[in-house]
Order: sequence, then structure tokens, then C-alpha cells
Amino acid sequence: MADSYGAPGGGGSSRGLSLATTAALFLAWWGVTAAGWVEPLFLPGPGAVLDRFLEVVEEGFGGATMVEHIWASLSRVGLAFLLAVATAVPVGVLMGMSRVARGILDPPLEFYRPIPPLAYLPLMVIWFGIGELTKIVVIYLAIFAPMALNARAGVRSVPIEQIHAAYSMGASRLQVVWHVILRGAMPEILTGMRIGLGFGWTTLVAAELIAAQAGLGAMIQQASDFLVSDVVIMGIVVIGTIAYLSDLAMRYLERVLTPWKGKV
Amino acid sequence: MTFPGRRPGEDVTALSDVDLTLASGDFVVVVGESGCGKTTLLNLMAGFSRPTSGRLLLNGEEIVGPGADRGVVFQRNALMPWLDVLANVELGLKLQGVSATERRAAAVRNLASVGLQDFHHHPVYQLSGGMQQRVGMARALTSDPEMLLMDEPLGALDALTRETSQELILDLWQASGKTVFFITHSVEEALFMATRLLVMSPRPGRLAASYDVDFSRRFLAERDARAVKSDAEFIALRERVLEHIRSGHVRDATDVGLRGGQDG
Repeated sequence: MADSYGAPGGGGSSRGLSLATTAALFLAWWGVTAAGWVEPLFLPGPGAVLDRFLEVVEEGFGGATMVEHIWASLSRVGLAFLLAVATAVPVGVLMGMSRVARGILDPPLEFYRPIPPLAYLPLMVIWFGIGELTKIVVIYLAIFAPMALNARAGVRSVPIEQIHAAYSMGASRLQVVWHVILRGAMPEILTGMRIGLGFGWTTLVAAELIAAQAGLGAMIQQASDFLVSDVVIMGIVVIGTIAYLSDLAMRYLERVLTPWKGKV
Repeated sequence: MTFPGRRPGEDVTALSDVDLTLASGDFVVVVGESGCGKTTLLNLMAGFSRPTSGRLLLNGEEIVGPGADRGVVFQRNALMPWLDVLANVELGLKLQGVSATERRAAAVRNLASVGLQDFHHHPVYQLSGGMQQRVGMARALTSDPEMLLMDEPLGALDALTRETSQELILDLWQASGKTVFFITHSVEEALFMATRLLVMSPRPGRLAASYDVDFSRRFLAERDARAVKSDAEFIALRERVLEHIRSGHVRDATDVGLRGGQDG
């Protein structure tokens, strides 16, 4: 069935346009570099970047192969993400449920949330050293706030009728939280996870500024120290691709877990 | 029943001097214009709010909160979209710890009684408004409450669905023998459904008039809703009740037989 007239975002799939845009960007990149309008130092062509990618896959760069770089970054973001899911969702739910929790937790959360991770990175190094812990804490903090705030909003969005209905069927308070509020808040909780994951990738390079042996962010920084711009661009493309794929996975999870979203 | 206002001295008295006794097996309908306190009264009976003064008793026991002895049917938004039709209807017994086979049997029976035996595994958000309300009724019946509280359950339905739903509710009432407390703003619906019709007047909400009527029993005996609704007696009473509501100042409620006593 076609979208109804005037529905926001109506008019069918946007996939064709997305593919066309991607192709046009690649074509422009290739055209500009192949014509020799830009020095390869400033912008190497797609071919050079691809060659460099294959070379790093086989031989490595900065003391680690591509798989090791990807694995290092993926495990940092993944671990920070899982820690955030385990803590930010309960905190957000608590804030949605309880006036006391909201009152206590709102100021610290809203205070640190807009601060760029690079601003508190030195402090993290002083507190937690230059090891893995600091990197994971920095990524974790970036993910925590949006996830907690969305979980809180999700709790508040549960229709009061559903909560009343459960109580009228003999539910206890705990049962209402488990069977109604947590499930009703799922769409927003998943949105928070999706936004949080994006923030995690955004913060990766900052987190890997400090003494990282491997990692896509570390690879980009080493490359920039030596002006190896094809590795810089290749790292950006790899991070962007992984972040995009993880976003697609989250969207898939949303469709599977909350098929009613936007239909009630 | 007084609600706190924005500033001291602006408290809103939603209900005042409501003295009402429901007889077991009655179909009590409250009719009145928007904002007259109908839903406030239902929320008090359901236990969703506590009276600022006065008492509510159910079988001699004071109502202190919601419970499975009072099933509630809401106007909308009250089904759990993450559960299919059958799981929605089973939910109450599940929360009460009833075994899976027993609650399944009760849910299947009640879904059949509202004509939804072929929709067990449909997502509720894909059902029409009328079907969603039937799921809500089956769900309320499955917990086997002593009384059913219905808060404008047909208010959001189209005229034709509304009429067939009225007949369905009367059939369910007859088959179950439950006491029903039903809120509507449609005078015709109120007259058609009620054994006892209460007219409320607003600001503060008061019971302005009470009528003992038998159009619902006439329908259940003769099965011809249109004949009942076009009966001269029905139309005369309908105009009289409408006149009461329009004038908005029905002071001499005792003339029309408002009985005293306790709620319950």
C-alpha cells in the first residue's frame, strides 16, 4: 500500500537515492584525484586507498594488522556498550520511575552530558592511567548519557492505561515494572542504544589518542604523524563502515523486538 | 474528591456529595457532559485514586487500591502491543500465578465469547478499534472480577461498530451476571444499556438524577435494538435526560429517586 498523502517522509523507499549518492561521491573522489587536480598527499585516490587497505590487511600498519586494529576498536566499543546497557538502562528506568532518583541523578547526568570527551580525557588519564581502562571509560561515558535519558523517556511514555490495566488484573508493583513498563519502554530503550552506539564510535579516536598499541583510531593517529594520508582516509572509511553496519544491526533489532513501534 | 490546583486556593473539587450504592448484577450507566467527573468517579472505584474525603466500600471492605475484583475496560491504549491477542487476554491470570493450561482455557473461552476465536495470534495493533475493545473486554472477563468498570469503552468507535458492540456488552453482561459500571457521554447508549441510569452534573460533579430503566432487558428478550431505540417511551426519556444535562442545574435530584447509601 502506498503512503498516505502528506505523511511525513512518505513516497516509498529512499534506498535508490542513497546508493546513487554513494556512487556519485565515489565518482567525484575518483575524478578529482585521477585528473590530478589534488596532490595525493592531500587526497589520495580510491585506488591508492584500496591498495593500502589490502596491504594493511596482509602486512599491517603501526605494528598491527587490520584485523587486530578492528578487533581492538570493536572490543573497546563493544565492552563499553555492554557496560552502558547494563548500567544506563537500569539508571534511566529508575529515573523514570522515581522522583528521588530523578532528583539525585539529573544534575550530574545533565552536567557532564554536553562536555566533549576530549575535555575530560586528561582527567581520565590522571585518574585511570594510560591503559585499557581509560579508553573504555571514555567511550562508556559517551554512551551512558543518551542511553539513560532515552530509557527514562521510555518509562514516561508508557500509556497510563496499560499500567492501570495491569494493576486491575492483580499485578504487583514489581510485576507492573517487569511486564508493562520495561516492555513499553523498549522502543525508546532501543533508540537510546542505537544513539549510544553511534556516540561510542564517535568517541573512539579520542579514546585511542592515549598510548594505544592497536585500534583504528590509533592507526589513524600514527598515520597522521607520518603524513600517510591514504591510511588516514582508509581508517575513516573502515570506522564509518563498521559504525554504519552496527547501526543497521540495531535497526534490525528494533524491527524484530518492537514491531509495534509507531503503530499504536 | 478534590484535586490540588496550581496555586493554593485553586483546588478543583471534581466530585462532591456522591452517595451511591450499586446492587449486585446491576448495569449502572453514568452519563454526563465532558468534565463532569464521570471518570474521576470510575477511577475512585477502580482504586486508581483515593478520595480526599469519604469512603468507598466493595462488599463492606474499603477500597484502598486497584485489584483483580474490579476489571476495567478503557477507552483506548490499554492493550499490550508486545503481546498477541491470546497473551493479552491471559495476562491477568498469568500475573496472578494461574497455571498455563488453566489460563489458556479461560482466555480461549472468553475470546470466543467476544467472537475473536480466529484471532488468537494476531498482533493487537493490527486489529480494528472495535476488535481491540473486544480484546479488552475478554481480558477483563478472564480475571473473573466481581464487577466490570467501563470507561467510555465505545467512545472511539464508529457508529455502526458502536451499536453492535453495545449489543455484545449486553450479551456478556447477561451471560456473566456481573455488575457493570459503565461511563458514556451518549444518552442513547446510556438508556439502551442501563438497568440504572445516573445523570451527573459538573463543577463539582454530583449525581443529579437516577432512573431505573429496562430497555436493555427488553433488547435481550426481543433482540431488536432498533425497535427498542425507536420506541416512543425510549425517545421521550432520552429527551428528558438530554434536557437535564443541557440545563446543567438539576438540583432536585431526590425527586427522581436517587437512593442513599454507601458505594460498593
